[in-house]
Amino acid sequence: MAAISRDDVAHLAKLARVEMTPDELDHMAVELEQILGAVKRVQEVATADISPTSHPLSMSNVFRDDVVKPSLTNEEALSGAPAKAEDRFKVPQILGEE
Amino acid sequence: MTNIHSTAAEMASALSKKEITSVELTKAHLDRIAEVDGKLHSFLHVDDEGALAQAAEVDAKRAKGEVLSPLAGVPIAVKDILAQKGIPTTAGSKILEGWRPPYDSTVVAKLKAAGVVILGKTNMDEFAMGSSTENSAYGPTQNPWDLTRTPGGSSGGSAAAVAGFEAPLAIGTDTGGSIRQPAALTGIVGVKPTYGGVSRYGVIAYSSSLDQVGPFGRTVLDTALLHEVIAGHDERDSTSINAPVPQVVAASKRLDVKGMKIGVIKELSGSGFQAGVSARINESIELLVAAGAEIVEVSCPNFEYALAAYYLIAPSEASSNLARFDSMRYGLRVGDDGTKGAEEVMSATREVGFGKEVKRRIILGTYALSSGYYDAYYGSAQKVRTLVKRDFENAFAKADVLISPVTPTTAFKIGEKSNDPVAMYLSDIATIPVNMAGIGGMSLPVGLAEEDGLPVGLQIMAPLMQDDRFYRVGGTLEAALLSKWGKPILSNAPDLAVKK
Repeated sequence: MAAISRDDVAHLAKLARVEMTPDELDHMAVELEQILGAVKRVQEVATADISPTSHPLSMSNVFRDDVVKPSLTNEEALSGAPAKAEDRFKVPQILGEE
Repeated sequence: MTNIHSTAAEMASALSKKEITSVELTKAHLDRIAEVDGKLHSFLHVDDEGALAQAAEVDAKRAKGEVLSPLAGVPIAVKDILAQKGIPTTAGSKILEGWRPPYDSTVVAKLKAAGVVILGKTNMDEFAMGSSTENSAYGPTQNPWDLTRTPGGSSGGSAAAVAGFEAPLAIGTDTGGSIRQPAALTGIVGVKPTYGGVSRYGVIAYSSSLDQVGPFGRTVLDTALLHEVIAGHDERDSTSINAPVPQVVAASKRLDVKGMKIGVIKELSGSGFQAGVSARINESIELLVAAGAEIVEVSCPNFEYALAAYYLIAPSEASSNLARFDSMRYGLRVGDDGTKGAEEVMSATREVGFGKEVKRRIILGTYALSSGYYDAYYGSAQKVRTLVKRDFENAFAKADVLISPVTPTTAFKIGEKSNDPVAMYLSDIATIPVNMAGIGGMSLPVGLAEEDGLPVGLQIMAPLMQDDRFYRVGGTLEAALLSKWGKPILSNAPDLAVKK
């Protein structure tokens, strides 16, 4: 398995939308290398004939009746918003400048 | 006389006989919190007003002769990962500082409906990622047995509150041991119910296929009483089990293990465990034999891979779950000066709002799920999960319950492992297999380690949905230990109150 470089960590941080300082990137690369070294042991026993388990209970899709029920009011739903305007969430621009 | 040192069952009995009111009992606990929480830091938020109002309501209902639930009027502390309407809920993170949920989690709603008085929200490792509460953005919790040591984690605040007599009961969550490990390190009882036994609705998700809410108490019966209040099917949690709740209160009162087969897991004993821990576990085994149980040795050869698999599965699920903290609808927002786009604001907010361990796990999870590495890491970890489940199935074919130590050591020092993530991860080596298989487990205090005088926990595990079995064994062993010691284990802990 390829060693994990500082550039790899920077790329992962970008994917995960977490800014990182140069110092954090240095540390994270070293720590990740150590952790991956420890966890890659799973490959020793994970042979092709074993099926994966994603969940402890074998449940298929769970449905409920599609009935209208009371839910949060507009005011309650917006109560934690960092910014709001005209009864809506106000967010920074999502698309670039036109 | 009923006081803060009584058990929850004693408090409930005194309340129903009108020997004490819930307001008096709640005030006594709020006074205790005011007196000792400066030392313990179990709480992130104490809701004096709300607790007293809830207590007064229970008292009024009782005065009118209404039929109340068994724990009505008894106080509780709730881990700060469960949403409570109008009450600050942070999950130990700066990214949720100041957030007041507009709704109740199902567990909080059930507590309120049962008249259990919520004193406040307890400290925890940020987003439940940790084994010591040192990862809380609001500072660590101290262990009531020794203030220089951690109470374990991630539900360390809840455990310290119960062990420190700030609350007789508490709610925690357990993803890899986060109820059982702090229970062991503080000398109290903690239960991780079968996955799906207690609703996760309104519980801030860390690793959804592993997370489970559960009870803490100072006795097996107290823990069982709380278990029955919070358990049961919830249509708002699609992984909730639609089946009757195991009769855990009745099981904890049985005090009989005659003919039960108890499996000792070979791989979770001997070297790797502190001598004083092993000594107390062996003593417990002798007491169970004396009580009529049969001991069998079982082997779970794949458990040694469980820890590695956990540290791939949990971060992978976390990297997805924590994507919701995007600074758009609630929580912290940083750098929104009108010139930056949403993605920049998101990244800047997550940089400031998440702590080191959370970032570490998000990056690790993002890596394990990325194309090219998925099969080698996440895929392999899921196969190990299958092997761990098989090990349990084979072991439960030979035994009714399984036992092991909860932790390799007693409570460790604050700061001792905080700069070595891999060493910290090892504290969960005996608890993680239970979460991987979804079964339930209990941590029962079984004495003090000779070398340091700190509590040791015995883990008792039962097959899926057979949680009553570990209450039965735990209740029996607790009674045998109590008659041997002549007093509860917590009477050996230092008195934290200021001498007047």
